[in-house]
Amino acid sequence: MNRRMWGIIAFVAAMAAVPFCLNPYQVDVFNNIGLYALLALSLNIILGDAGMYNMGHAAFYAVGAYTAAFLNTQLGIGILWTLPISGILAGLVGLVLARPVIHLRGDYLLIVTVGVGEIVRIALINNVFGVTGGPNGIFGIARPVFFGFKIAKPHEFFFLIWGFVALTVLLFSSLKNSRFGRALDYLREDHVAAEGSGIDTARYQLLAFMLGAAWAGMAGCLYASKMSIISPESFNFWESVVIFIIVILGGSGNIAGVILGAFLIVGLPELFREFKAFSQARMWFFGLAMMIMMVFRTEGILPPRPRVFKDIDRNVS
Amino acid sequence: MEEFFQQLTNGLAVGGIYALIALGYTMVYGVLKLINFAHGDLFALGAYLGLTLLTSLGLNSRVGPLAGLALLVVFVTGLVALAGALLERAAYRPLRQSPRLSAVVSALGASIFIQNTIMLIYGSKIHVYPKGILPAVAVNIFGLQVPLVRILVFVVSLLLMAALFAFIQKTRLGTAIRAVAIDQDAARLMGINVDQVIMIVFLIGPGLGGVAGLLVGLYYGQVNFTMGWIYGLKAFTAAILGGIGNIPGAMLGGLILGVIEALGAAYVSVAWKDAIAFLVLIVILIARPKGLLGERVADKI
Repeated sequence: MNRRMWGIIAFVAAMAAVPFCLNPYQVDVFNNIGLYALLALSLNIILGDAGMYNMGHAAFYAVGAYTAAFLNTQLGIGILWTLPISGILAGLVGLVLARPVIHLRGDYLLIVTVGVGEIVRIALINNVFGVTGGPNGIFGIARPVFFGFKIAKPHEFFFLIWGFVALTVLLFSSLKNSRFGRALDYLREDHVAAEGSGIDTARYQLLAFMLGAAWAGMAGCLYASKMSIISPESFNFWESVVIFIIVILGGSGNIAGVILGAFLIVGLPELFREFKAFSQARMWFFGLAMMIMMVFRTEGILPPRPRVFKDIDRNVS
Repeated sequence: MEEFFQQLTNGLAVGGIYALIALGYTMVYGVLKLINFAHGDLFALGAYLGLTLLTSLGLNSRVGPLAGLALLVVFVTGLVALAGALLERAAYRPLRQSPRLSAVVSALGASIFIQNTIMLIYGSKIHVYPKGILPAVAVNIFGLQVPLVRILVFVVSLLLMAALFAFIQKTRLGTAIRAVAIDQDAARLMGINVDQVIMIVFLIGPGLGGVAGLLVGLYYGQVNFTMGWIYGLKAFTAAILGGIGNIPGAMLGGLILGVIEALGAAYVSVAWKDAIAFLVLIVILIARPKGLLGERVADKI
């Protein structure tokens, strides 16, 4: 076994110990980290792998959360059953929104996604279709029931959320080594060359966008079940920015880097909260730390390692 | 019709402010291809510095309202320009050669940093600009009663834009800025000091943004420490609308956005005001992917 495997085993073992060693508040912080890790992993497909600047990811998070909340409170569908529906609906919304703007380059796409995020938030506040509950949002979302076992306490949610993170990591890391993952690598590095080699770039970009949006939607469903109350302010521009920062600061394109980024961006301000003297200035330190980290680790803390093709070496020799 | 023209003049005044901030975004983008997310917070810094200078120096009583205001503009411009240049040196210069999005995250960090610096110094409450800096009279233009402050805001922003345009087009330094925006390496080979040009851009852009902050303080009479986010986002939208990197585009985009917002709020719905602005942006970008005045650049092969 190599060092990487040992690292993963150590991390999983440490995480498994968390709910047994920490108090409910601290476990809840880990739950938040898990949710942001999910969101960042989903954005990583769009931003890190496909190289599309998306700073409105909270919109899909919101679509998922509101879908789950609506289906649960109005139709009485179990919240975990709404998980796939949230994902599918968020993915479809992502597809419909991205289709006309997917050809926009870089920063133009960035501001359009910011705009989409804001439009979704304002639509939620204005109680669009009369189902979003306006500025107050939706409350009274039922707790999830997993094979007859009711999930309500932070350490129970810990297993739900981090279990889903583990599943996501397994899925996304095998996706990275698939035809799809290689196509994204190619079109990110050189759009024109990829197109020239017969890769349908628009299709792959749309697929990546849809997949990222769908996963954010499922994260939204988990969030709704954890909070049991959701409101538009949980899905504002700042949320999109935080997810964006996690991906870039952690190391865009690298799954381990993105998860580390979630720990730093969500966890560190919580650590500062413990020191009373710092509580006023904790965001000040946070901004300062972001600048310093970027200046010293310009490619993120854990940038992806270049792909190694072992088979090619064997064939040549 | 009265209502329509009142909203139009209001939109033009707000649009002038957006345009001033948008110029900072577009100039920095022109030379560095960087979205300076901290720009909105430099604008907020201008609003707060203006407030402090206004209350502590008492310029009005010493030199009269108009000269006092002119001096205030000079001071705020200078201080915010200095802050902008410091920011460039500390947070952006080390990232010149790194991936573009790293500099964006550094800019976001700088934004949080400046916003919280303001919060720690001034507190998180809304601050009110002193009343009576400008006489609260209305000017009659073709039978339309327009508040003096609205005209002043619009005229000041137009004057600054005209001055900037002349500077960029007619002076040696302006030519150097344009050259760096087109091709940094070629500009360096022609003997242009690129670092110095970038520094100057970071003096001018935030300087204009600072004045915009002062104007917002005068126009609405109150400031808060998070205002940089909203105005920054709007102004960045304006810059993209006009075609980012393009100076007349930022001016046009700002004015259009201001007018659309004012008319949208008056005739469609106040609650959907911000959504309307973004919707118009998306529609325009679908039709013209490089903005209104942006040049069509073919993909390099």
